Amino acid sequence: MGVTLRLPTILADVAGGRRMLDVDPAPASVRAMFDALAVSHPALERRVRDERGDLRRFVNVYVGDDDVRHLDGQATALTEGAEVWILPSVAGG
Amino acid sequence: MTHVVAVGTRKGLWLLRSQDRRTWTADGPHFAMQEVASVAFDTRGDTPRIIVGVMSWHWGPTIAWSDDLGETWHETENRAIAFPEDTGTSLGRVWQIQPDTADRPGVIWAGCEPTSLWRSGDSGETFELVRGLWDHPHREQWAPGFGGAAVHTIVPDPGSSKVTVAMSTGGVYVSDDGATGWTPRNRGISAKFFPDPYPEFGQCVHKVAVDASSPSVMYAQNHHGVYRTDDGGLQWNSIAEGLPSDFGFFVLASPRTPGTAWVMPLVADGERFPVGGRMRVHRTRDGGGTWAELGPGLPDEAWTVVLRDAACVDAAEPTGVYLGTRDGCVYASADEGDTYSLLVDHLPDILSVRALEV
Repeated sequence: MGVTLRLPTILADVAGGRRMLDVDPAPASVRAMFDALAVSHPALERRVRDERGDLRRFVNVYVGDDDVRHLDGQATALTEGAEVWILPSVAGG
Repeated sequence: MTHVVAVGTRKGLWLLRSQDRRTWTADGPHFAMQEVASVAFDTRGDTPRIIVGVMSWHWGPTIAWSDDLGETWHETENRAIAFPEDTGTSLGRVWQIQPDTADRPGVIWAGCEPTSLWRSGDSGETFELVRGLWDHPHREQWAPGFGGAAVHTIVPDPGSSKVTVAMSTGGVYVSDDGATGWTPRNRGISAKFFPDPYPEFGQCVHKVAVDASSPSVMYAQNHHGVYRTDDGGLQWNSIAEGLPSDFGFFVLASPRTPGTAWVMPLVADGERFPVGGRMRVHRTRDGGGTWAELGPGLPDEAWTVVLRDAACVDAAEPTGVYLGTRDGCVYASADEGDTYSLLVDHLPDILSVRALEV
C-alpha cells in the first residue's frame, strides 16, 4: 500500500512527468521518505531539501492536512496509506 | 559573426543576439522566476557552453548549462555544488562562474555564498569545495556585505597555477599553488568601516579586472576606492584621482588594449546613485592616470546602478562594453565605450551580463 507523494506541477519534470509517486512500502518517517527519494529521484529531493537534509525555507510538506513543521518535522511518522504533499509556499515578488 | 549577450536577472535569463552589434533580438526568459546571478561562456571546447548559476526561492540553487546557445538546458541529476557534511552549511547562491585558461580545458571555477571557492574538472557539471580557502583561519572574520558573503571574482593566471579571488567582505586573496594555500593581498586598499582603515584583510573589494598588459596588473573597484596593482596584488595604489567619486560596483578592463579600463562612479556608500543622477561611464587609457567621462547614449535622470557582474566587455574589435541596470535596461557600446545604445529595457533587475562572439 505504501504512501502517496503528491507534487506540484512544477516538480513533475523531475518526477518522470508525474504529479503523484507511490512509495511502497511506507517509509517510517518523512525523513526516511526523502532519504529514499535522494536515491531514486535525486533531482526531486534536492529541490525539497538542502544538502544538510533540511527542508528548504519556502517549501511546505504536509502529511494529510497537517504541515510537518507543526508536527515532528521530518521525524513525523508515516503510516500505510498516508498522503504526503509537497507545496511551494508564498514567496517572491 | 553572431554576437550573443547573456543577461541574468532576478527572474530569469535573456539571450540577446546581433550580427552587427546595432540591431538586437531578445530571447527569454529562460529559467523564468529564478535568479540568474552568474553566467559564463566557456569557449574552449568545440562548441561554446553557457553555464549559469540559478536559484529558485522555492527549490534552491544549482548550476545549469547549454551546449546549443540556449536551445536546451541541462542540470546534474544530483547536486552540482554541495557543501560537505562537516562544514555544517548549505549552498546559498552561485555568485560567479569562471572558466579557467585555455591550457586547462574542462576546469571551471565557481564563487559561492557562503564565502567559498569551488573547482570543476568536468566543464561545470560537478564541483569540489576548495578546502584551502574554506579552512583558512581568516574565514570566520569574513563578514557578509549587504548582498551576502561570497567569492565574487576569480582570476586564474594563464601562465602558472596562481589563482586570485576577491570577496565581499574579506578582500583579495592569492594562491600561488593551484588553490591550496591562500594569502591576503590587500596592502594599500582601504576599509573605512574598520578602526584600522588599512587592515591585512577584511576589505570590501567589489570587483577586480586584469589589464591586457600582464596578469600581474589588475584594477580593483573597492567599497570606496579605485586601485591598480602592478605586482599581482602585493601593493595596490589609488587611481581614483580624476573620478567624481571612488564608490562603485564594477570595473572592466580591455582584453586587448593595455591601460584601458572602465568604471561607473556612484555618489557614495550611503547614496548609491549615479553622480548627479546622470549615468556615466569613466574610462582610462593610461592605467588610471587620467579618466574621461563617457556619456552619449546613456540616460540623464537615472537613479539606477549597474551591479558588479552586470557589466562586461566582449572580444570583438573594437571592444564592446555592455551594462545591465537594476531597472532592467541593457546599454551597449560598440566603440570601446565612446557611445551607447539601449539594447533592451523593462527586464527584471539585472544581476549578470556576459558577451560572446560565435
